[in-house]
Amino acid sequence: MDLAFAVFLQVATGVATLLIISLGLAVIFGMMRVINLAHGEFLMLGAYSAIISVRAGLNIWVAMLVVAPIVVGAIGAAVERVLIRGLYGRVLDTMLATWGLSLALIGIVTMIFGNSVSGFSAPLGSIAIGGYRSSSYGLFLIGAAIVLLCGTWAVLRLTPAGLIARGTMQNAEMAAALGVSPGRVYAATFAAGAAISGLAGALIAPFSGVVPTMGTLYIARAFITVLTGGAAMLAGTLSASALLGSVSTLGTYFTTPVLGEVIMLVVAVLLLRLLPQGITGRFFRRAL
Amino acid sequence: MTIRRRTALTGLGATLAAPFIMRHAALGADPIVVVGIHDASGGLDIYGKPMIACLDFAVDECNEAGGLLGRPIKLINYDPQSNIQLYTQFATEAATRDRAAVVHGGITSASREAIRPILDRYRTLYFYNTQYEGGVCDRNCFCTGSTPAQNVNKVVPYVLKNWGKKIYVLAADYNYGQITSKWVVKYARDGGGEVVAVDFFPLNVTDFGPAIQKIQAARPDVVVSALVGGAHISFYRQWAAAGMKNRIQMASTTFGGGNESLVLSPEEGNGIVAAFSYFQEVDTPANKAFLEKFHAKMGPNAPYLGGELAMRTYVGFNLWAEGVRKAKTIDRMQVIEALESGITNDGPPGKTVIDGQTNHVSLNVYLAVCQDHGFKVLQSFADQPPSDTQSVCNLIKYPNTNKQFVIDVKL
Repeated sequence: MDLAFAVFLQVATGVATLLIISLGLAVIFGMMRVINLAHGEFLMLGAYSAIISVRAGLNIWVAMLVVAPIVVGAIGAAVERVLIRGLYGRVLDTMLATWGLSLALIGIVTMIFGNSVSGFSAPLGSIAIGGYRSSSYGLFLIGAAIVLLCGTWAVLRLTPAGLIARGTMQNAEMAAALGVSPGRVYAATFAAGAAISGLAGALIAPFSGVVPTMGTLYIARAFITVLTGGAAMLAGTLSASALLGSVSTLGTYFTTPVLGEVIMLVVAVLLLRLLPQGITGRFFRRAL
Repeated sequence: MTIRRRTALTGLGATLAAPFIMRHAALGADPIVVVGIHDASGGLDIYGKPMIACLDFAVDECNEAGGLLGRPIKLINYDPQSNIQLYTQFATEAATRDRAAVVHGGITSASREAIRPILDRYRTLYFYNTQYEGGVCDRNCFCTGSTPAQNVNKVVPYVLKNWGKKIYVLAADYNYGQITSKWVVKYARDGGGEVVAVDFFPLNVTDFGPAIQKIQAARPDVVVSALVGGAHISFYRQWAAAGMKNRIQMASTTFGGGNESLVLSPEEGNGIVAAFSYFQEVDTPANKAFLEKFHAKMGPNAPYLGGELAMRTYVGFNLWAEGVRKAKTIDRMQVIEALESGITNDGPPGKTVIDGQTNHVSLNVYLAVCQDHGFKVLQSFADQPPSDTQSVCNLIKYPNTNKQFVIDVKL
């Protein structure tokens, strides 16, 4: 019984991790149809912002929860202004541009900090579940995922800014006719997506280790999650992370880490074969 | 006389090349080229950087003492960036373009098996200075690090005696981890213990959550880790974060080979037991003298030498140099024969003797426990032979052998 609960907790942590790393991508892709291939590097920049702040003596929570999203959000805003703005609606061009950005960011960070692994220890201690022990940080990640998801939902659903953003994404010209500047909405949305990615990078840093190339470990999983999720941004990301996260964690637990990853990919491929529009192309269609 | 284009080109070429050829001849003492191939970046840089520092140091030391055979040593370091393809490329360059007298390099066993055949083919002498899983049997390749009979055979008996009989093994998913875990099984059985499970992890895995739950479900007395590289350091972090540190003891065949003990906090690293043929903390006059010189030379940039990898690179270079002095030439076959005659090096880790039957070495082994970013030596074992490789490899009888023997143990 204890074991079942411990494993369940592990699965929940896996799902939360997947959700956290995918949400920033989902916002940028789901809202603006921009395929951001530099998403992994936004995660990496978040992790680096956190680790540098921690080394500079900042409180670890401030570093992770405040500094990382602000820094990466600012970088995201700059990237949008310089690189993305001229390319809206040109999917292939944005892919190429963000891919180049991804390579450039890896190169710059490698030049500054070197291509070696650093990291900081997970804050919080451990908890006991019967005879089993687990890291409390896992619980914190689950909480963080829930807060992030609800927060994003609340902003989009309940605030005037969210209403304007959703309106602009649905029909930019109409929004412009009503006095909204689509350019500014796009910029703000992109920066928000980048900030969420930065936060995600900082949150996974304590257990993943921080390297310039860490983004490449996560980007494939983030993309698969967002694609499997489908059109509805939040419901899609949530359902896809829940499914793929549990499949991969259970797969890893019962077989090996390699097979766990393979099983997850097979499930994703099968799902996309059966539901080409993703999970929310068929279910939860009207969800956000 | 008409000057044809071809004649003109030949003449021109000869004129242009003459200064280079003549300069070469005029110097007389042109340098002996030594190539080092170690990862200075990527996930394996935690091992590579100290190895490169030690090779640099060894070459400088040799040059200050007048070089070899009256010729200076020219060291070329390549950085394969933890990428196997670059290993093969640089090995080829070392053999064909640089005409290296010897190549020192390779960290993971995967990289060694990538470049060993290339250096064999180009008849370029090869030194692999890393602790590894044993069994390589090749006259062209000298393995100067410790092997399972020397290190696993110290760790596992210690674990069985002090902590309990049930062992859970975590290993890196490539030839090193696969083979080393078999040796752990063998020595555990020999000592009356039992391996309850073996889990393998690709080098880029960073999430060990499921593994930690699995270990708890199996309830072992001790975990033996053969995890490798920067990503796998997360395991020790997550293990401590899950509060397992004081519940299940841990020993490792790799921990401390790089900078693991430095990167981890004392709460995460303390108490992990490892065995290597050297620790920076080994308390001998030779080691003290070496460290003084090393730190004087490198200043604040001197890396922590940790376990044996960096030191073996220093010893490996000196063994080769001794072989060249004895052979009085850098001719590959003559140096091999000189080395096989039982060249000895009395270095910081103690006495290292080349075993001509296997081209491995007998060496001193130290069992140590991680303590506050360093190690405390618990026990030392003098003159340990590479008995694992000796039991399968005989280059005196079969000099043309060229393969890696692998232990066959059912899990």
